[in-house]
Amino acid sequence: MSKQTAAPPSRAGAEEQSSTSVIDAPAQDAPADVDKKQLARERDEVKERQKDRFTGLNKEQLIGLYRQMLLIRRFEEKSAEVYVAGKIGGFCHLYIGQEAVAVGAISAINKEDFVFASYREHGHALAKGMSARAIMAELFGKATGCSKGKGGSMHMFDKDLGFLGGHAIVGGQIPLATGAAFASMYRNSGEVTLCFFGEAAVNQGAFHESLNMAQLWKLPCIYICENNQYGMGTSLARAMSLRDIAQKGCAYEMASEFVDGMDVLAVREATMRAVQRARKESLPTLLEVRTYRFMGHSMSDPGNYRTRAEIEKYQERDPIKLFSASLLEEKIVDEKALEEIDKQIHEEVEDALRFADESPLPDAAELYTEVYANPIDPSRNRDR
Amino acid sequence: MPTITIREALNQAIREEIARDESVFIMGEEVAAYDGAYKVTKGLLNEFGPKRVIDTPITELGFAGLGVGAAMVGLRPIVEFMTFNFSILATDQIINSAAKMLYMSGGQFKIPIVFRGPGGSAFQVSSQHSQAMESWYAYFPGLKVVMPSTPADAKGLLKSAIRDDDPVIFIEQERMYGNKGEVPEDPDFTIPLGVADIKREGTDVTIVARSLMVPVALKAAEQLEQQGVSCEVIDPRTIRPLDIDTIVESVKKTNRVVLAEESHPICGVNAEISTQIMERAFDYLDAPVKRVSGADVPMPYAKNLENLAVPDVEKIVAAVREVAYLD
Repeated sequence: MSKQTAAPPSRAGAEEQSSTSVIDAPAQDAPADVDKKQLARERDEVKERQKDRFTGLNKEQLIGLYRQMLLIRRFEEKSAEVYVAGKIGGFCHLYIGQEAVAVGAISAINKEDFVFASYREHGHALAKGMSARAIMAELFGKATGCSKGKGGSMHMFDKDLGFLGGHAIVGGQIPLATGAAFASMYRNSGEVTLCFFGEAAVNQGAFHESLNMAQLWKLPCIYICENNQYGMGTSLARAMSLRDIAQKGCAYEMASEFVDGMDVLAVREATMRAVQRARKESLPTLLEVRTYRFMGHSMSDPGNYRTRAEIEKYQERDPIKLFSASLLEEKIVDEKALEEIDKQIHEEVEDALRFADESPLPDAAELYTEVYANPIDPSRNRDR
Repeated sequence: MPTITIREALNQAIREEIARDESVFIMGEEVAAYDGAYKVTKGLLNEFGPKRVIDTPITELGFAGLGVGAAMVGLRPIVEFMTFNFSILATDQIINSAAKMLYMSGGQFKIPIVFRGPGGSAFQVSSQHSQAMESWYAYFPGLKVVMPSTPADAKGLLKSAIRDDDPVIFIEQERMYGNKGEVPEDPDFTIPLGVADIKREGTDVTIVARSLMVPVALKAAEQLEQQGVSCEVIDPRTIRPLDIDTIVESVKKTNRVVLAEESHPICGVNAEISTQIMERAFDYLDAPVKRVSGADVPMPYAKNLENLAVPDVEKIVAAVREVAYLD
């Protein structure tokens, strides 16, 4: 998706991007209306709740969640960097700020379960187990990419890992995910399907048509609305009459809940409840996961529709910083271990970059392959 | 060979394929308990039960997309649109999902799905329920588009479409469901997609016609025979991919061609066929290619106006006489 009113997202994005890439930068103009003490208090409360959720998870699992979130963060930061350098074309929608959602939710399912996502899906692909190499190479439009360079940023796929895209019409993946869940019900094969979409997709008919069928036919589909509060540059308040999205589950008698999307363990727990409902009762769930996108909608976002103060408020709740603080306080890791993880991830991302850079472009003959699974040459069939 | 209607031939094809392959099912509005709005699915619910024959809510975008998602993970859905007029609501999923999934996933996700139902002109149901949609779908690489004109073609082509691994748009003709013809009983009888059929051989003028225009063209050819003009009638049967070779071979023989269709003329399928004839057989043409199309207006309700909007025998006869320079 990504409606461009003017020129396509160009290298001019370099300048535009800087206006929203404030994630690790200190505030230049810290506004008066951000009460830092109040924010810190809120963060501490959330952290205490998060630490209560450590129960039942071993050290390896906890560190694994942290690693995945950090991998997504560093991968996306690198994507932004090389996008500006002209290595990545087209649109590029970054997941920075929302990492806890994909990581927490996908940690609650198995390899054979299905995941569908929107065009902001690099993080979901990584969380489902796809390699940074295959994803970066796809961003580079290389033959070694996960979609052989034919899909790009918005169309990552990996059939073997149950990652079913990468869909770029807002809400388009919702009926598709419902169909995968239908197939699980039809075959009684036991998979659950996670369907991620932004809150703007909730206004599409596809959302309502799908939820209606899913509850009506008892399909094991978990609809995960990542409410990052903006559809491109239009805030939720300007776009939706009933803004408590989880409540919309009532319209279909579907189980639903609000989830703190900045707490990876909260997302994991809510998804586990939904997975249990899907596996045991073959019933769908709607999760409204409240999160925030720290970067622009895409790399060409002017960012003039929200304030720096607002972004900073949510950065106080940065899901990765929150989780590392919890891990340290619970003595799961020490500073040295975190540094070591950071170093390993840095190397993994650099390796992906080198791999993408050095990989060949798709062969020109690839232009005409894979249009049809059963290509037809009429002359071949004429004598039949 | 038994003589049956197109409706019965389609019913046989669906029945045989559901029985043959556990992954085949049919879904759509009123396909089950109601036995189908046009009775194409008559008796199937009784025979196969609600798991394989599924009534949907009136939610075209939703169930079309659900079908595509089910196809992504290996099922082979037959999605019925009560009429193709309603497929307009589902075009996002047909075009953006079904047609492009294989390509944009680098060949990982094939979409073996059939979208079928009646299209073209119906009797006095006015603009929103009476129109030809094939040029929309034929435009998109990744889709195959099929339009049968006889009971045997309907059965053989639908079976091939269901067994095909690509999304197939299968457009039946609302006015033709009761048309009768001989149909083989062999459950392995299929007709390959992408192959035109010469419905009548002739030497003077080639008429290319599909769907409802095939019987109309055949009647015109009979009249023209009386007038000393021998017409060859070719039914492409599959619009995408188009068997242009068969058409061009005929044009090389007759040197004159009339293209008949129910569609509006602008950007219609015959505009494409005309161009391909020009590109491949220009030097063989003794007259300009002549199109006979539906009127370039929304379909009217009044019977006399409706008759004027749909090509008939008279119009095709006049067009053939024109390219043969007889008048």
